[in-house]
Amino acid sequence: MSLILFIEQMLNGLQFGVMLFLMAAGLTLIFGVMGLINLAHGSLYMIGAFAAAWVAGLTGSFVLALIAALAAAAAAGALVEVVVIRRLYARDHLDQVLATFALILMFSEGTRWVFGSFPLFLEIPPYLSGPVRLPGGIQYPLYRLAIIVAGLIVAAGLFALIARTRIGIQIRAGEADREMIGALGVNIAALYTVVFALGAALAGLAGALIGAIQSVQVGMGEPVLILAFVVIVIGGIGSIKGALVGALLVGLTDTMGRFLLPVAFAQVMAPAAATAVGSALASMAIYILMALVLIFRPRGLYGVA
Amino acid sequence: MIVRTLAMAGALSLAAVGAQAEIKVGMITTLSGGGAGLGIDVRDGFMLALEQSGRTDVTVVIEDDQQKPDIAVQLSDKMIQSEKVDVMTGIIWSNLAMAVVPGAVAQGKFYLSPNAGPSALAGQGCHPNYFNVAWQNDNLHEAAGAYANDAGYKNSFILAPNYPAGQDALTGYKRFFKGDLAGEIYTQLGQTDYAAEIAQIRASGADSVFFFLPGGMGISFLKQYADSGVGLPVVGPAFSFDQGILQAVGDAALGVVNTSQWSKDIDNPANVAFVASFQEKYGRLPSLYASQGFDTANLLLSALEVAEPSDADAFREALRAADFDSTRGDFAFGANHHPIQDIYVREVIKEGDIYTNKIIGVALKDHVDAYVGECKM
Repeated sequence: MSLILFIEQMLNGLQFGVMLFLMAAGLTLIFGVMGLINLAHGSLYMIGAFAAAWVAGLTGSFVLALIAALAAAAAAGALVEVVVIRRLYARDHLDQVLATFALILMFSEGTRWVFGSFPLFLEIPPYLSGPVRLPGGIQYPLYRLAIIVAGLIVAAGLFALIARTRIGIQIRAGEADREMIGALGVNIAALYTVVFALGAALAGLAGALIGAIQSVQVGMGEPVLILAFVVIVIGGIGSIKGALVGALLVGLTDTMGRFLLPVAFAQVMAPAAATAVGSALASMAIYILMALVLIFRPRGLYGVA
Repeated sequence: MIVRTLAMAGALSLAAVGAQAEIKVGMITTLSGGGAGLGIDVRDGFMLALEQSGRTDVTVVIEDDQQKPDIAVQLSDKMIQSEKVDVMTGIIWSNLAMAVVPGAVAQGKFYLSPNAGPSALAGQGCHPNYFNVAWQNDNLHEAAGAYANDAGYKNSFILAPNYPAGQDALTGYKRFFKGDLAGEIYTQLGQTDYAAEIAQIRASGADSVFFFLPGGMGISFLKQYADSGVGLPVVGPAFSFDQGILQAVGDAALGVVNTSQWSKDIDNPANVAFVASFQEKYGRLPSLYASQGFDTANLLLSALEVAEPSDADAFREALRAADFDSTRGDFAFGANHHPIQDIYVREVIKEGDIYTNKIIGVALKDHVDAYVGECKM
């Protein structure tokens, strides 16, 4: 195994982690501020991808497609918050899970109704397609580099928003004590809608970015949703920093596990068996990571008691 | 739930045409979620053949298995015990077929598979009441291996998802491919990101890539592979190049060689009529799944002309005769009730704005699956 391959796989893990962060950030923000478990977060990711594919098909512009994805997911998020989610804050988590699961089914079948059952086409824009040569002779797809950069910019922006702006102060205050900031005159209902729309927009952005290199189809959000939950459990529920660290850990563990475990087993057993055992273990790697984190840090890496 | 109700409503309204329904067909297929395109094509092909036959005494009960084995088993129990169907069909995925088919045939039902063909049901697990109208899972991959030899490839990198059909795929390719393997990977079922695998392909020194990644997995892989600049020739079975997904892959698929038992340009009267009527009725080109659904219904109809399912022995003989005009041209069953058929090599081309396939050769002629010898019935 060469060093170049190893570094390329690290980049792949980083890119996967950054994408997971976009999903997990919204999920953890919504849980942290409102105490709500939102299973429909994956549907917002799907809405972003479909909006992007639709607008890209009409206009041919990837930038417009990204804007459409952000707008559509944020609008869907705000609408869902006002119509459905608002009634669930006072209820227990089981009711929330039930209602947001119903939302998944409605969004999936609604999307199928509008766009049909066959996957949509969304293409990498020409100026971002193809591989580039990195120092050291690594060939790496430019688009994946762009995802890494875009994700890190969004992460930095999110930290700045939370730490330095008025709305960030309100969000942090909302996490600490909901009733108190309401008593201090902050419009809680509006704040919740804004936070929900923000989380939704991040999911939509992730969907649009990933849609260009994957398949834009109904149900694409659910596998990512499960990983995003793993990320926020590892990072500590409610913590943006935890979401970032958790996402990078999960991204790297999953990618490197898929790459290294079969190689490692091949040292001690026949190639076919090593492939089978290594692949099986690789698909468990992130859950083993989650279990280990929970044993030593039951509230996650950055969770508060 | 909604889809299931609608599908039921569709089935019932069709049934309502016939005054007294005599033959009841239970179709369990995937109509929601990421794999829905396949089930919808099988259903549409099946219903088209039924409609063209003009028979009003065949009722089809359609249910959505959501691509989940547990749901498929529940639906199967319901169809056998409360709907009392005579014949079952429809399952797309091999893991679902393994969960449903052995139980259904053990209870005396006939099962006609329009897609899944796991090796276990072709060999020791074969059954007199189980007929596969599509292929044994290994077949298209065996043809891909044979094509790779013809194309002069010496060192292939092969990958497939880790589930029964994925294992059958790599086994099938290796059975015919004479060169070396630069690498062999099992991916996760439903995996959408292949960066780690593509990096390994790049580093492996392979001269060709064989992959079996049906549905959305194939779309993701092809787009990412094209963008990675690896550029090695790719061979695959038709499942990643069917009519339903080619438009979503776009230029990344152009020129890719794939193997299939069916193609829309097979020149026989049954196929020409099928392609035209499917396009007219549904407004899209048929996929190989649609052709399999269509052939399954026509096989059933041909047997119903001869015998009733209640007369199991006569009905089984009528099915075995396969006396119908297949869209594939010649069609016959082997001793284990799996097809003996030609498998073609196709290339992805662009016709106007539509991506589709064109036959460029025959990979295997009158091909029989490898498990027929293990089948004792």
